[in-house]
Amino acid sequence: MNKNKAISITVLGIVILFIAIALSITYGTKSVGLSHVWDAVLGRNTDVYEVNIVQTRIPRTLFGIIAGASLSISGVLMQSITRNPIADPSILGVNAGASLFIVAGIAFFNIQSKISYIGLSFAGAMLTALVVYKLASVGYGGPTPMKLAISGSATSIALSSIISLIVMPDSSVMTTYRFWQIGSIGGTNYDDIKLILPITILAIIVSLCFSGNLNTLLLSEETAIALGLNVNRTRAIAAICGVLLCATTTALAGPISFIGLMVPHFIRMIVGSNHIPLIICSGIYGSSVLIISDVLGRILGRPGELESGIMTALIGAPVFIFIIRKAKVQSL
Amino acid sequence: MIKRRRKYIFILCILFAITLVLAFCNLSIGEKNYSLDQVIKTILGLSDEGSYIIAKLRLPRTITAILCGIAFGVAGNIFQTLLNNPLASPDIIGVSSGSTAAAVYCILFLNLNRNIVSIISVFAGILVAILIYRISYVGSFSTSRLVLVGIGFQAFFTAIVNWMVMKAAEYDVPTAMRWMTGNLNGIVTDSLPLLFIVVVVCLLSIIALRHGMQSLALGDQVAIILGVRINLVRTTLIICSVLLIAFATSISGPIASIAFLSGPIAAKVCGRNQSNIISSGLIGAILVLGGDFIGQNLLNTRYPVGVITGILGAPYLIYLLISQNKKGNI
Repeated sequence: MNKNKAISITVLGIVILFIAIALSITYGTKSVGLSHVWDAVLGRNTDVYEVNIVQTRIPRTLFGIIAGASLSISGVLMQSITRNPIADPSILGVNAGASLFIVAGIAFFNIQSKISYIGLSFAGAMLTALVVYKLASVGYGGPTPMKLAISGSATSIALSSIISLIVMPDSSVMTTYRFWQIGSIGGTNYDDIKLILPITILAIIVSLCFSGNLNTLLLSEETAIALGLNVNRTRAIAAICGVLLCATTTALAGPISFIGLMVPHFIRMIVGSNHIPLIICSGIYGSSVLIISDVLGRILGRPGELESGIMTALIGAPVFIFIIRKAKVQSL
Repeated sequence: MIKRRRKYIFILCILFAITLVLAFCNLSIGEKNYSLDQVIKTILGLSDEGSYIIAKLRLPRTITAILCGIAFGVAGNIFQTLLNNPLASPDIIGVSSGSTAAAVYCILFLNLNRNIVSIISVFAGILVAILIYRISYVGSFSTSRLVLVGIGFQAFFTAIVNWMVMKAAEYDVPTAMRWMTGNLNGIVTDSLPLLFIVVVVCLLSIIALRHGMQSLALGDQVAIILGVRINLVRTTLIICSVLLIAFATSISGPIASIAFLSGPIAAKVCGRNQSNIISSGLIGAILVLGGDFIGQNLLNTRYPVGVITGILGAPYLIYLLISQNKKGNI
């Protein structure tokens, strides 16, 4: 029963994703017809204006698929590790940590290459994740969901003031940063995709391999140990995968918030807590949500566009509040 | 009791003196330095030397700094006292961000008159405060839920502000910075009278209600027993503090950490035996003046005041978090 449900949800997700991709390629400031889309995909009539537009929208859409899946799987992993329904890269302050390191890299070391962006972003994100977890672990009851969320938000606030201090003196860094920190999948190209695709796939495969262990971890730490699970290793590997997934996206697209919170939350309600369908479905729906947010942003923000980072915050913040309101935010 | 009272008044005098000294520093030191003598003469209208810089640029800036500091400090202290949690200051739980979003929309897109902007942002702030309170009330009231709901609101409004600032001020970094962190550049004199009136009126009403506020801090039941009309007192206090926050925000932008820092510092300096309304206001003024002075003069780049105060607030926020977690308050 549950398995059939998971399969039908997956199929539905794939259909939605295809619709989202089609929308993302055809809609926008200038809408184009399907024939132009085919021309672009098949590489015909490349001198026609509409075909060119489609060709610039393809990498953006591809990147959206990867970024959406990364962020939402990252959310799944963080929620499972902390046994906490309100974990997400932006709420736990991980995005702010990645931002700080990237900003420092731009300002002090003049980094240019995308790979150093990713490296710094990963280092910053990992460090912040550890600090936030430690901060929340202080005191009675260990890292409860409330404590984690508040520690993460407080750390974000603290880090963003340091970011302002670094960014302000140099107007060129300031300009780069202001546009980057909004979070947008608009400015990406095929090179970016080639760079992050292997990392993303690797991290997703590793987390799928560990999904059995993650299922055990959800029972309770004591049970997991009793069942012979190496709890710390499982946590460490899942955390590295989770941070890797959000850090790569953040490095290239800027902080895109709340996808990792809302998508896994609803998927968990439908398919349950088994990690294999959870991770797969979250990935598929995460991509759809990000692409649809991007399309909505292009439609609502005419003649320009509303960056997808803003759209996801506008959609995700109410969802976050809704989740907080549900009385039992104790643990998963 | 009298001894305590005397001590409090003594500390208030010291804080007032520090505020004055900082104000004079801000007036006399800058690109061009003036002596104390010249500053006083210019303010009193006895001398014309440097009157443009002092009277037209530095004086409005300094007065705004003081008024906004008082407004943020007092309002923050009231929120923290009423909700009994130092994390629950209006800048952390999203009330300020609601006012900011309204103010930015009115200024950048509707080009409204400054005073109308202030009034609209007051309504937005009150509306957001009510919404946050209503939404976080699920069967029972919990401050940590309130803080988290506030953080959600904050994220929502910050996204809106970011977007508006991006669209409207692509090349205008100071304007953008004002609405992201708070800035005293480009203050004009004509917005000052209304701010002054609002600060004075709210401050007087809050001082009149200080006993009720102290009783409320002990818990609703105790306050009822002590004969406080809790709903009236609480509503008035919240409205006054949102008024303060919203007016100050619509002029200087959301200056980071002032609302959040002033109350706890005042409690450290003066103790918790009195309501600490005036002391937290003065601390707020000192923080804004000091932050602006550091940002303008002491560093090799000119930073907006919000960046400096944000940096001051960051370590305290983390410290507060650790001590709250230790106490098990969250």
